[in-house]
Amino acid sequence: MDSALFPKGVKRCPTWQFALWIGAVGIVLLWGVYAMLLCWLKGLNQTNMNDYYGFALWIWADLAVIALGGGAFFTGFLRYIVGKDELKNIINFAVLIGFICYSSALLILAIDIGQPLRGWFIFWHANVHSMLTEVAFCLSCYFGVLTIEYIPLILENRQIDRVPFFHNLAHNMHEVMAVFAATGAFLSFFHQGSLGGVAGVLFGRPFAFREGIFIWPWTFFLFTWSAAAFGPCFTIFLLKITEKITAKKLVKDSTVWLLAKISGWMMLTYIIAKTIDTLYWLTVTAPAAGYGAGFFYDNWFYNFGWLFVEIVVGGFIPALILVSEKGRRSPGLLFLAVLLGVIGVSVNRWVMVLQVMAVPVMPFDTWALYYPSWQEVATTILPVAYGVILVSLSYRYLPVFPNEMELNAAPAQAEAVVDEELPVQAAVARA
Amino acid sequence: MFPFNFEWIWDMSHMVFMGGLWYAMTILGIGMTYCLIKAVVDTLQGKGAHH
Repeated sequence: MDSALFPKGVKRCPTWQFALWIGAVGIVLLWGVYAMLLCWLKGLNQTNMNDYYGFALWIWADLAVIALGGGAFFTGFLRYIVGKDELKNIINFAVLIGFICYSSALLILAIDIGQPLRGWFIFWHANVHSMLTEVAFCLSCYFGVLTIEYIPLILENRQIDRVPFFHNLAHNMHEVMAVFAATGAFLSFFHQGSLGGVAGVLFGRPFAFREGIFIWPWTFFLFTWSAAAFGPCFTIFLLKITEKITAKKLVKDSTVWLLAKISGWMMLTYIIAKTIDTLYWLTVTAPAAGYGAGFFYDNWFYNFGWLFVEIVVGGFIPALILVSEKGRRSPGLLFLAVLLGVIGVSVNRWVMVLQVMAVPVMPFDTWALYYPSWQEVATTILPVAYGVILVSLSYRYLPVFPNEMELNAAPAQAEAVVDEELPVQAAVARA
Repeated sequence: MFPFNFEWIWDMSHMVFMGGLWYAMTILGIGMTYCLIKAVVDTLQGKGAHH
């Protein structure tokens, strides 16, 4: 029924099957929208946030999706600025994931401020001494960049592309994409960093406080570094899931291996820096504030296990798998590594948002654990459902994967594709 | 916020923060304006009509 909208030469599931899939995910989406409307119409009393927890479950989700969406800016940086041309095969998907992550982050912030009609206050009545103001500025602008990067993909839909104006617009946008990608990399560096900076400057909370350079605590640099390292992991992780669901190969192995290798080295260097930072904090910074190393992990829930999962399970292990050629070329190990990487960076953001507020800071304080309300859980799952729907729609109707036809062609068809695209190489191979 | 707003102060924080925001928005705005105008010109010249 809608086959005229499919990218040229690819196969998609029947319309009824697709509609059923979207309907099932749509129910989850509607649940989240209902919870979101409750928060907007009735207020933030729908959440379990209190004087201890001004940042709740969805702020962790916000920071996590921003880190995981870092694959878009870093892949764009590698593709357009560094010149890793091989990554052109995965850049569309990275942009799509980034677009979903950043639109989700902005949606979460719109719920979190309680009164979204006053969202523009942060631009007009900006508190220029707040790192979160800088985050809001860069986040909004970078979402603009991602929208600009995503628009050409929509314009390349088979039917839309027939309109000369849209065809020319998409072509022109591709031509100047390096300028947008460079702006995006600049914006991402600062907002990823400032999200880490927010925790690092909390001198009243010794669990989060870090020393640094000038106005930037070390967490500023570690957050940017981790987003660049783990963001591509999330792109590969979702790519592998999409390939499994569609039962197709969508991106060349050589492209995935290249991105995995770069991500692995970034992760390894990051996790070494993070380990040094943690050791310095535990042995110098925290004791200087009167806290022993064990104090921050003296709880049945928040124990040293979190640190182990973050640094070893979600840091060193995936990094070592990805830097090894044998590791990243093994499909099972590659998937395990990117999964652990995603868990590792999510745990890091959890710790820097929620454990920070759980640790007692006054002599009469006790550990304050946090239990989210169902509205918070629903609004945190909402972006996941939204993301699944957008990936499904984009995969069905847009040319997200430029190599899909070539990688999934029947042997005779594949030869025809090779003949058409690489006549000289094909002739040499036959000879 | 603009310099003509009552909250504006001519200090480094305002200039760096707001200047950075305007700078980024200007690049995006000029970039998109260029793409749109060029697309109109290209279309009027008949480019992309027979791809």
